Amino acid sequence: MSECFLVGIDNSDGSRRALEFARKRAKNAGAKLVVTYVIEWSPYSFNTPEENEQRHKRREEEISSATNSVLNPALEQLKTAGIEVEGIVRHGNVADVLNSLATECGADLIMVGRIGESGLKSMLFGSVTTKLIQLANVPVTVVP
Amino acid sequence: MRSKIILAFSGVLSSLLPAILYAQDEIPIDQKINDAIAPIINPFVGFIFSPLPGSEAIFGTAFPWIVLWLVIAASVFTIYFGFIQFRGVKHSIELVRGDYLDPKDAGEVTPFQALCTALSGTVGLGNIAGVGVAVYLGGPGATFWMILAGLLGMASKFTECTLGVHYRNEYPDGTVSGGPMYYLSKGLSEQGKATFGKVLAVLFAICCVGGALGGGNMFQANQSAQQIGSVIPFFANNGFIFGIIMAIVVGIVIIGGIKSIAKVTEKVVPFMAAIYVGSALLIILLNIGSIGDAFSAIIGGAFAPTAVAGGAVGALIQGFKRAAFSNEAGVGSASIAHSAVQTKHPATEGYVALLEPFIDTVVICTMTSLVITITGAWNPGDGVTGIALTAKAFESNFGGFKYMLAIAAVLFAFSTMISWSYYGLKSWTYLFGEGAAKEMVFKIIFCIFVVIGASMSLGPVIDFSDAMIFTMAIFNIIGLYFLMPKVKEILRDYQGKLASGEFPRIKGGAAKST
Repeated sequence: MSECFLVGIDNSDGSRRALEFARKRAKNAGAKLVVTYVIEWSPYSFNTPEENEQRHKRREEEISSATNSVLNPALEQLKTAGIEVEGIVRHGNVADVLNSLATECGADLIMVGRIGESGLKSMLFGSVTTKLIQLANVPVTVVP
Repeated sequence: MRSKIILAFSGVLSSLLPAILYAQDEIPIDQKINDAIAPIINPFVGFIFSPLPGSEAIFGTAFPWIVLWLVIAASVFTIYFGFIQFRGVKHSIELVRGDYLDPKDAGEVTPFQALCTALSGTVGLGNIAGVGVAVYLGGPGATFWMILAGLLGMASKFTECTLGVHYRNEYPDGTVSGGPMYYLSKGLSEQGKATFGKVLAVLFAICCVGGALGGGNMFQANQSAQQIGSVIPFFANNGFIFGIIMAIVVGIVIIGGIKSIAKVTEKVVPFMAAIYVGSALLIILLNIGSIGDAFSAIIGGAFAPTAVAGGAVGALIQGFKRAAFSNEAGVGSASIAHSAVQTKHPATEGYVALLEPFIDTVVICTMTSLVITITGAWNPGDGVTGIALTAKAFESNFGGFKYMLAIAAVLFAFSTMISWSYYGLKSWTYLFGEGAAKEMVFKIIFCIFVVIGASMSLGPVIDFSDAMIFTMAIFNIIGLYFLMPKVKEILRDYQGKLASGEFPRIKGGAAKST
């Protein structure tokens, strides 16, 4: 059975480098690539009633914007390179979702860019990358 | 566009400022308003809160009929739905915990968020100050009846929130509008009573707009201004400055759409609630030796109290009243909040909502009255009542707690105002039609009323708006009696689908399924 790699992307330069890295590795290994865009979202945040009312609409907008502006161009590029691809957009905690999706699709490896967060925020809460490395069930490659 | 609106809005407020300042010198513009309005509204207020005929003569204390109306409705729904609040509570907790959430639906409002949003509208000053009044007048025994009424109220919330989702309007752009005005008109029209339903819905919506501006706004602004005034003397005589600050903050959230302030308070409010309940538990632990006495005071006081006007019935009335006023079960407000939530089945919102009276009344209100009872702060007839009694009880163990209570009061008031602004808005758009301009009119009126509420002592106006909130319950509950067979049908459908596995329990998400 051919290998499967999961690559997490967003709209950053780091993630473009990760995607490029993933493309080369997948091509060499003849592996399938699952390209994932995670929209940061917490199921425990507190909302006003008005936010609750608009949530469904906002979610659709977030998904279509992620799909059209980031995910689809990436998928097109990979397909022309002759790689088998699958695209997923999902809401949640980035590290948690990447890990559970890797398990869900039976990926052998997770690849992400080093996500540049502000110093203070990562000092307080830890960076997404660090968290992913700590909880991942499969090897993680971090592309600088 | 938004910044222009905020600018215009601040302009309106600052032009109000001199008017109010001036009025303060001249004296009593509020007195004038009160005098002008009182004769018109007093009969209505008197009617809503009027005691049952003869109750004063028989029990020695007045029993407002509206309280009985709410408690009877709660009892009817409890029996009709086979004690759903006890049999269904396990499922409610599973829903809130996220056991039934499909990870593919992540990004929608979760049951936990729906619960918190609705709770932030009801957890407020009543849980702190109102309980102080109830225990002062009804004695520790009032706690027992308050818990009982809270437990019954869970069935009312289940009924109204399930209907709210079932009959809401869904618009092509994905937004929704729901609540009693929609289920009263649509639900009753299905039963061939279209005109009757429409009349109930319109009356409900009018009272909801009034209640939102009054009990959900002016009263909150007024009481929090007083609380802040009690710890920061500057604000004691400058309520309008506090009002303007509060109005600008509310305006930034509801008009400016700047969610960050709401985000901050909505994070702080549960935190405050946790600190409040935590301190209460700590005080109970510190006085654990007296826990037996406290419980016998509560149970004994419920059936054979001493030093309470009206004896056991007096305790019952105070307890029932507090529960009904605090958790709003039967009023229909929570139904508007829950209707905003995307869900696969209306019954899920009913299940989630039935937890609200439990948390609001059975947990938070009971903590307050336990602390008052166990610390021995209750001293019948000494005049220490309301928030002062609560503060005295907490201060007996933690000095300086009044500052904490003042902050809690302001934050609770703020979150209650944000919730009621939404309830009022939905009723407003039901009456006048949807549209950005119409919504803006209501939002600006709402902010102006914050200033009025904080800066004036408008006793009669606030009484009137309190009465409006309970008038909502009259129309809502009449409708609920007609529509409860429909709720049973919805509930059966849900239970059937649950049993057939249409809504699978996912628990822990896909990650742990392998």
